[in-house]
Amino acid sequence: MSDSTHGQGPGEPEEGSLPGAQGETGEESQGRHRVIGTPSPAESRLLLAETAGGSAPGLPAAKPRTLPADPQDMAGAKRAEKIVAACFILAMLAGFGFIASYVIFQVHSVTNVLHSNLALGTCMGLAFLLLGVGATIWVRRLMPYVELTEMRHPMRSEPENREAFADTFKEGADTSQFVKRPILRRTLIAATVPVAVAPIVLLRDLGPLPRESLDHTVWRKGMRLLNYGANTPIRPGDFSSPGGMITVVPDGFQNDFNALAKAACIIIKFAPGQVVYTDHDYPVPNLTVKNWTVDNIVCYSKICTHVGCPAALYEETTHHILCPCHQSTFDATRGAKVIFGPATRPLPQLPMTVDAEGYLVARSDFTEPVGPSFWERGNSS
Amino acid sequence: MSIDKALSGTGSWLDDRLHGAKGLRTFFRKIFPDHWTFLLGEIALYSFIILLLTGTFLALFFKPSMTEVVYHGSYIKLDGVHMSEAYASTLNISFDVRGGLLMRQIHHWAADLFVAAILAHMLRIFFTGAYRKPREINWLIGLVLFTLSLLEGLFGYSLPDDLLSGAGLRITQGVLQSIPIVGTYLSFFLFGGQYPGTDIIPRLYILHVLLIPGLFMALIGAHLFIMFHQKHTQMPGKGRTNQNVVGAPMYPYFMAKTGAFFFFTFAVLALAATFAQINPVWLYGPYNPLAISAGSQPDFYMGFLEGALRIMPPWQWVVFGHTFAFNVFIPALLPLGGIMTAAALWPFLEQWITGDKNEHHVNDRPRNAPTRTALGMAAVSFYGVLWAEGANDVLAQHFNVPLYTITWIARFAVFLVPIFTYIITKRICLGLQRKDLHLIQHGVETGIVRQLPSGGFIEETRPLDEEELAALGRPVALALPSGEGGAEAEVPAPDMRGGLGRVKARLNKIVNESVPIDEHGANGHGANGHGANGHGANGHSATAEDHAAVSSGSDDEG
Ligand code: HEM
Ligand code: FES
Repeated sequence: MSDSTHGQGPGEPEEGSLPGAQGETGEESQGRHRVIGTPSPAESRLLLAETAGGSAPGLPAAKPRTLPADPQDMAGAKRAEKIVAACFILAMLAGFGFIASYVIFQVHSVTNVLHSNLALGTCMGLAFLLLGVGATIWVRRLMPYVELTEMRHPMRSEPENREAFADTFKEGADTSQFVKRPILRRTLIAATVPVAVAPIVLLRDLGPLPRESLDHTVWRKGMRLLNYGANTPIRPGDFSSPGGMITVVPDGFQNDFNALAKAACIIIKFAPGQVVYTDHDYPVPNLTVKNWTVDNIVCYSKICTHVGCPAALYEETTHHILCPCHQSTFDATRGAKVIFGPATRPLPQLPMTVDAEGYLVARSDFTEPVGPSFWERGNSS
Repeated sequence: MSIDKALSGTGSWLDDRLHGAKGLRTFFRKIFPDHWTFLLGEIALYSFIILLLTGTFLALFFKPSMTEVVYHGSYIKLDGVHMSEAYASTLNISFDVRGGLLMRQIHHWAADLFVAAILAHMLRIFFTGAYRKPREINWLIGLVLFTLSLLEGLFGYSLPDDLLSGAGLRITQGVLQSIPIVGTYLSFFLFGGQYPGTDIIPRLYILHVLLIPGLFMALIGAHLFIMFHQKHTQMPGKGRTNQNVVGAPMYPYFMAKTGAFFFFTFAVLALAATFAQINPVWLYGPYNPLAISAGSQPDFYMGFLEGALRIMPPWQWVVFGHTFAFNVFIPALLPLGGIMTAAALWPFLEQWITGDKNEHHVNDRPRNAPTRTALGMAAVSFYGVLWAEGANDVLAQHFNVPLYTITWIARFAVFLVPIFTYIITKRICLGLQRKDLHLIQHGVETGIVRQLPSGGFIEETRPLDEEELAALGRPVALALPSGEGGAEAEVPAPDMRGGLGRVKARLNKIVNESVPIDEHGANGHGANGHGANGHGANGHSATAEDHAAVSSGSDDEG
C-alpha cells in the first residue's frame, strides 16, 4: 500500500524513541540522499527479544535504498501535518454539525425525515471520512514505514513440552481415579446423558404437533366467498364479462391471517368453452371439475403449491396464473396444472356452488391439502 | 515529557496489578504483513462492530411483537391501517425517532457489507491457500461465521414484518416444511404452530439480537486469537519465508492504519445510508399473506437461494404415502450445504492428495496453484449462475428475452458454466505461469531497442531483481515433498499403491499441473520454503541459462 515509503527504518533514531515517533528529527540529520542499510540500528534495537536472536535467515543483505530528498520531505512533512490537523478540525466541526442537526431538524413527516437524514448522515459521514483521511495521511506521510521481521516457530510444541503435558495429563487422570474406577466413569456418563437431553425436551412446547392441521382449511359447506378488500359476497351475475382474477376469502375470516394463509382463493370468470372440464366429482389431472364451478366461474387456492407465496399474477390472454416468487405458472383453464416452474402440483380447486340468495358459497373444504408439499402429505387428494 | 509521566503513573499502576508490560510489548510489536487483500477481514470485523452499535440503538425502539395495532403515526399514507406492532415500531423508528432512519439504513447497509466482506475474505483465503496447515481451524470457523451471517441477515431482514420480508419468511417456512420426516415439526416448532402465527417475530428477534451475535462474538474472538497466535500469512516476496513474518508492527503503524480503516468503513456506510435508500419498508406496506409485491428482490446474499429455487425442475416423489419434495429441499439445502461441506473438507483432502503435511505461511499466488484456483472459480461461477437466475425476471425484462428461456438456459448453464470456468481458469493460470517463466528466463523488457551487429534489432531486457523474482512465488504450489515419492516416482510410495492410492496418485497429478519451471534450471523460487540459502545464487541461475539470448548483463543484478 505504501510503496513510496517502503524501506527500512530511519538511520539514527534518538535514544529511546521509536522509529515511528521520531519523525523529522531523523530526517533533518541526514544528508540529501540518505542511504539505509540492513539491519538498521533501529531495527536491531527494537525487535522483540525472540526476533533479535535469529537474524532473519531469509533476509539477505538488502540492497541499499534511497529515500526521497530530505528538504522536500521536510516541507512535505510540515504540510502533511497541517493537512492532518485541518482534517481533524473539520471532523470536529462535522461532529458538532451532527449534534446541531439533531437539535435543528425535527422529524414526524416524510420531508422532515429526509432533511434530517440528509443532515445527520452527511455530518456523520464527513466526520468519519475526515478522521479516516487525516489518520491515513498521518500514517503515510508522517510515520516512517518500518518493515520488521519476526521469526516464526512451528506450531507444534517442543517434544519436552509435549511429554511433560502428557505426563501431567496422565498424572491427573490417575489421581482422579477416572481410569481406574470404571464404575464411577460409567455412572457419571450415564448421569450426564439425561441432563444433556433435558434442554432439548424443554423445547417441546415451542409449538403444537402438526397432526392433521395442514390437511384442512377453514372453508366449510355453505360458507360465502367474499371479495377480499371490500369483503362483500359475490353473485355470479356480478361478472358482466369474462376477465380478470379476483381474490376471495371465507366469510368470517376476512381479517384472520392465520386462516387466510391457507384459505385464500382466487376466482376467474371464463367465457363458455374456454375451460376444459371433467364431469367427475374429484380432481382429475389437467382438468377442471365442472360440478365445482358456477357459470364458468372457477375457484382455485391462491397459495402456491411450491413454497406458499400468493400466486397473485394473472395473464388474461393466456389464462396463466403466475406466482411471482419463483415463477411457477398454472393453466387456469385446465385445473390449474403446472406448465412451468418448480411447483409440482396444480393449485387445488375449491368446490363451489350458490346459496339460496344466489351468492357464491363453498360446497365443502378443499379436498386436498393446499400450499407447499410436506412429508405427511403423500398423495392425499 | 508527558509520555514518561503517563508510563510511570498510570502505566506503572496498571502493571503493578496486571503484570502487563511484557505481554503488551509483544502485542505492540506484533507484525502485520501488508497486502490490500488483508483488509477484507478487517472490513468484515468493522461492519460487525457497526452492526452491534446501530443494532443496539434500533433495539431501544423496536418492538418485536406481532400484536395487531392500528397505525396513527407520522406516515400519513398508512394512517388507520392494521399492522403488527413490529411494523409500526419500524415506521416509528423511521419517522418519529431522530436519527432512527439513518441508524436503520446504516444497519442494513452494514449487514450487506458484512456478508460481502466475509465472502471476499473467504475467497482471498481460498485462492491464496492461506487455509493450509496450520490454519485449518480458522478456515472452519470462518465457514461457520459465513453461514451464520446469512442466517443473521435473513432473520434481521424479517423483523420489520413488512410485505417484502413476509415473503421471505413465507419461503423460509415453505422450505422448512418440505424437509423429509422432520419438516412439519421444525416448522411448527419455529412458528409456534401453523404459518404465520404470532410467535415468529419475537423468536427471530431473540435469535437475531442475542443468540447469533453472541455466537459471532465467541467465534470472532476465537478466530482473531488463533490468527494472532499463529501470526499472519504473507504474500511471497523477498525475505519472506515460512519461518518468518515481515511487515509493519502493530504499534503504531498498524493501529493507526487500521483505525483509519475503521473510520473509512463507517464513513462509507454513513454516506450510503444518507444518499442511497435501502429497504423503505413504508412503501411495501405491512405483511399480508394474500399480497405480494412483484419484482421484489431479496438482499443480495439470498439471491443464489432464490435462483436455486427458480431453476429447479418440478420433481417430487410420493413413496408409501410420504412426499419427497425434491423441488424444494434440494435447491434450498444443496447449493449452500454442498459447497460448505466441500469447502470444509478441502484443506484435508488437499493434504491427503499432496501428502504435504508442512506448515505454510507464505501464500500462493492464485496462478501458482492452477487446480485450486480453477476449482474455486468453478464454485464462484456456479453461484454466479444461481445468482443471475435469482434475478431472471429482471434479466428477462432488460434483455427482452422470454422468462422461461432464461430459466432453461440457466438449468444447463449451472452445470456447464462451472466446467468451462474450470478449464479456462486453469489455462489462464498456466499461461500466467508461462509468462512468469518467460520473465525469469528472459528478464523484463526495458523499452530500449538496440541494433545487433547482424543488423537486426533487439529490445534490451534486464533480468529480474531479487525482489521481483521473489514476488513471483513458487510455481508448483502443491508438489509432493520430494521425500514422499511423487506420483511419478518409479517405485510408488507405499501410500500410492492400491486402489485408493491410485486415485490419490491421479488426483495428485491433476492438482500438481503446473508449468515445470524447474526443468528450465530456474529453481530460484524466491525464498519460499528454502530458508536463507535458497536465494541469492539461485536468483542468478534463473537467468543465467538464457542470458545469451537476451542482451544486457544479467550479472550485475542487485
Ligand atoms: C449484533 C447485534 C445486532 C442487533 C442488536 C441488531 C438489532 C436489530 C433490530 C432491532 C432490527 C430491527 C430494525 C428495524 O426496525 O428496521 C434489526 C434489523 C436488521 N438487522 Fe440487525 N442487529 C444486530 C446484528 C445484525 C447483524 C450481524 C446483521 C447481518 C448479518 C443484521 C442484519 C439486520 C437486517 C438486515 C435488519 C433489517 C433492517 C431493516 O429492514 O431496516 N443485524 N437488527
Ligand atoms: S412459491 Fe410460487 S413459485 Fe415458489
